[in-house]
Amino acid sequence: MTIADGPALPKLIGERVKRREDPRLIQGQATYVDDIKLPGMLHLAFKRSDIAHGVIRSIDTSAAAAMEGVELVITGAELAEHLGPMPIGTPFPAPDHFSVATDKVRYVGEPVAVVVAEDRYIARDAADAIEVEYDELPAVVDPEAAMEADSATLHEGFERNIAVESYWGGTGVNPETAQPEDDSAVDAAFAEADVVVSQRMLNQRLAPNAMEPRGVVAQYEPGREYLTVWSATQNPHILRTLVAAMMGLGEHQVRAVAPEVGGGFGCKINIYGEEYVAAALSRLVKAPVKWIEDRTEAFLTTTHGRDLLGYIDLAAKSDGTITGLKARIIADIGAYEVLLTAMIPTLTGLMMNGVYRLPVVRHELTEVFTNKTPTDAYRGAGRPEGLYFLERAVDMVARELDMDPAEIRRKNFVPADEFPFATQSGLVYDSGNYEPCLDKALEVADWQGLLAERDAARAEGRIVGVGLSFYVEVCGLGPSAVVPTGGWEHSGVTVERGGKVTATTGASPHGQGNETTFAQMLADHFSIPLEDITILHGDTGVVKQGIGTFGSRSQAVGGAALISAAGKAGDKMKQFAAALMTDQEVSPEDLVFEDGRIQVEGAPEVSKTFAEVADYAYVPVPLPPGMEPGVSEEAFFEPENNTYPFGCHISMVEVDRDTGETKLLKLIAVDDCGNVINPLIVDGQVHGGLAQGIGQAMFEEVVYDEDGQPVTASFMDYVMPRAADLPVFELDRTVTPTPINPLGAKGVGEAGTIGSTPCVVNAAVDALAPFGVTHIEMPLRPERMWRLINEGGQS
Amino acid sequence: MSEPVPITINVNGRKRSAMVEPRLLLVHFLRESLNLTGTHVGCDTSQCGACTVLLDGSSAKSCTVFAVQADGSEVQTIEGLADGDELHPLQDGFWEEHGLQCGYCTPGMIMSAVNLLEENPAPSEAEIREGISGNLCRCTGYQHIVNAIQHAAERMAQS
Repeated sequence: MTIADGPALPKLIGERVKRREDPRLIQGQATYVDDIKLPGMLHLAFKRSDIAHGVIRSIDTSAAAAMEGVELVITGAELAEHLGPMPIGTPFPAPDHFSVATDKVRYVGEPVAVVVAEDRYIARDAADAIEVEYDELPAVVDPEAAMEADSATLHEGFERNIAVESYWGGTGVNPETAQPEDDSAVDAAFAEADVVVSQRMLNQRLAPNAMEPRGVVAQYEPGREYLTVWSATQNPHILRTLVAAMMGLGEHQVRAVAPEVGGGFGCKINIYGEEYVAAALSRLVKAPVKWIEDRTEAFLTTTHGRDLLGYIDLAAKSDGTITGLKARIIADIGAYEVLLTAMIPTLTGLMMNGVYRLPVVRHELTEVFTNKTPTDAYRGAGRPEGLYFLERAVDMVARELDMDPAEIRRKNFVPADEFPFATQSGLVYDSGNYEPCLDKALEVADWQGLLAERDAARAEGRIVGVGLSFYVEVCGLGPSAVVPTGGWEHSGVTVERGGKVTATTGASPHGQGNETTFAQMLADHFSIPLEDITILHGDTGVVKQGIGTFGSRSQAVGGAALISAAGKAGDKMKQFAAALMTDQEVSPEDLVFEDGRIQVEGAPEVSKTFAEVADYAYVPVPLPPGMEPGVSEEAFFEPENNTYPFGCHISMVEVDRDTGETKLLKLIAVDDCGNVINPLIVDGQVHGGLAQGIGQAMFEEVVYDEDGQPVTASFMDYVMPRAADLPVFELDRTVTPTPINPLGAKGVGEAGTIGSTPCVVNAAVDALAPFGVTHIEMPLRPERMWRLINEGGQS
Repeated sequence: MSEPVPITINVNGRKRSAMVEPRLLLVHFLRESLNLTGTHVGCDTSQCGACTVLLDGSSAKSCTVFAVQADGSEVQTIEGLADGDELHPLQDGFWEEHGLQCGYCTPGMIMSAVNLLEENPAPSEAEIREGISGNLCRCTGYQHIVNAIQHAAERMAQS
């Protein structure tokens, strides 16, 4: 009989536990990819196209190659002997896309040649010394004009620049023809509607702008035939798979490491040409190589997000019942399809059901190539676009009917007793309870008070508006059937000698705090101190398998895998403990973890310490019959469905009559992400998402001129939200657990970006409604707002 | 390229002498020559503030200063902020209030806040927001950063 004399351990799930990642980060001791130095390491610089569209006539590398300190200069055509076209992760047809352009350039920033040199300054000098001549072609900039018969085209075999066309709606799609079998129900809904709103809306192109630009270090060791790649990536296991394939290696010959990663927001999911080039050139020059992106390169070459043009029609009865939705969406995907490019806009239509019972939907999507940076996931990835279109349109119907924006939503909610709920788009919402969330938001915001405040401000001549949005999104991606990389996650849990625990997760974080939340979960599971647990991640040499962190899946999928592995490890610990207590006739099923002990439930005097059981597991004398020594278990978790968090955001804005400047006065966010492991971290995720969603509504936009030249290629031109631009956010929560995973957690990483954007634009439209304004395109630039105040109409 | 020139900079209380190219940026001198990689580069146009250090006591964006311009100066980086094992109140505040997520902007943000609190030991919320407007953070939405700086200001006022 042993009783530990340690104190009772508080349960940590649900507590505001300070992050375990922070001490290294606040002292400058973390290791990001640019902090890695290897002996003999060389540096890469890329010569990039300064035109949007053209045929490469000649590349003169002689001056660059002659510079002191330059090891190698190689063009795209030469590199193509070492690297084939890049793989993508979607089933859509895609044109060949080489890491470095071989014959034609299709966007400003596309690489055309690479320098390997002794240091980064020399590499940049040499890249600047490369001379490229082009036969310029007309730039394709406007996605609608791109589809005209007389437009220039980017890729052979993709007529009218169309990459993807899809159509569904009415009562179904004929799979043979991809055409609607019978669309008459949609037409009838609109014909019979009391009110129809129709609006063209742009969900503009954005730059993700993780504060750490991309970067890669690659080291090929010829004697071992082994490649190690360190990269600022969200998903090292996908990196390993794709780099191995591109290099003609097996996955057993590649180790991919995501060291400390300074933010991702979706743009570090894609595996980029620079990563393949670094790997290939390390093998070619027989030395480790490093490439670090600068900010302008990030604007030009890191994937952009959004850029969906929507033609949205919403039909309703005079009592506010929504009777039909038509959405025709044109996605400007830029010059190439990269990893998930073509899939992202498909999520928009899937999520356009929102939180409503929509009797009929017609959805058309066309994805179009233009001479711009390729698009891919950006925080929210398809959902912010869809929910923006829908929530703007619902607001327009409310305005048309003079209904309260909260009440029109309440009227059309999917009722709580209809979950799981199958949408028109074929999704099944796992769980939901929308009305309490709306009520809580109205209460926290003091909705009636806000309206009165607005009216009082207007009476003083101020231009003030309030807005509301209600979103549902899709998280915890997801079943492998719908995630091209596989949708599971993996975890390993090892109980070490001395009773400490090391766990691995394939959900490779880059700011999400998994080292803290996952340790909280294990601390509770084993009833041991947080300090006794280490969470390892981001290294395929340490984490056996994984998918990565995107689509708000860390907790809902990665956390579920962790708990599954912990369950297996715990079972084995109990078996060893029972074997140590044979004289007391204890069976493993009787045992629980309690305050550092493994004890008979309700009988702490019948127990062993966690540490002594762990020690016994590694020196099992005698070895219990039928058992293997040690405690090191692993688990894959495959979710049977996605999760569907939701929430209500409310905002108040004021527009300066003289300058047109919009000020966000208030933002209230009531989000429901299911069960919460660490409310401090969840709040942080919501705050960050809100800032990005507000950034889209108010400030941010990637702009190209008519020649395809980017005019927003630095932080001087691209407006990022700064501290003084934002109010104090007021947060609250409702909790509707998901049945999809044992944690009941849905995911929260993207929520803030989804609800806030339409909420703020709805408030801005409300502010300018007295001027006859019914819609405002984003961002809410002062000039645009000033014109609307002075000229009225739409922007 | 020009010939290297000698410089001596007092970095975190330690005299560091080196021969550097005149075009070498201070941030690269710190990161590459001295291996003080806590100072980060987030842009090249002094807009993001990830590279903020204290140069003779005032915050400066080290990506827009040549190392030779700092010759004879004192530089303090994030690595020199804690007093031995004791965190600076701002470091502690960022930890307590979850003022960071990915951590990339954090060293520069903290160094800016050091300068802010030296100039204004009891800033209002609006003054804090204004004071860190030269520093971009993409993760936090700034709210917890503001809380962190308030936390530090209160602690520093007590001591």
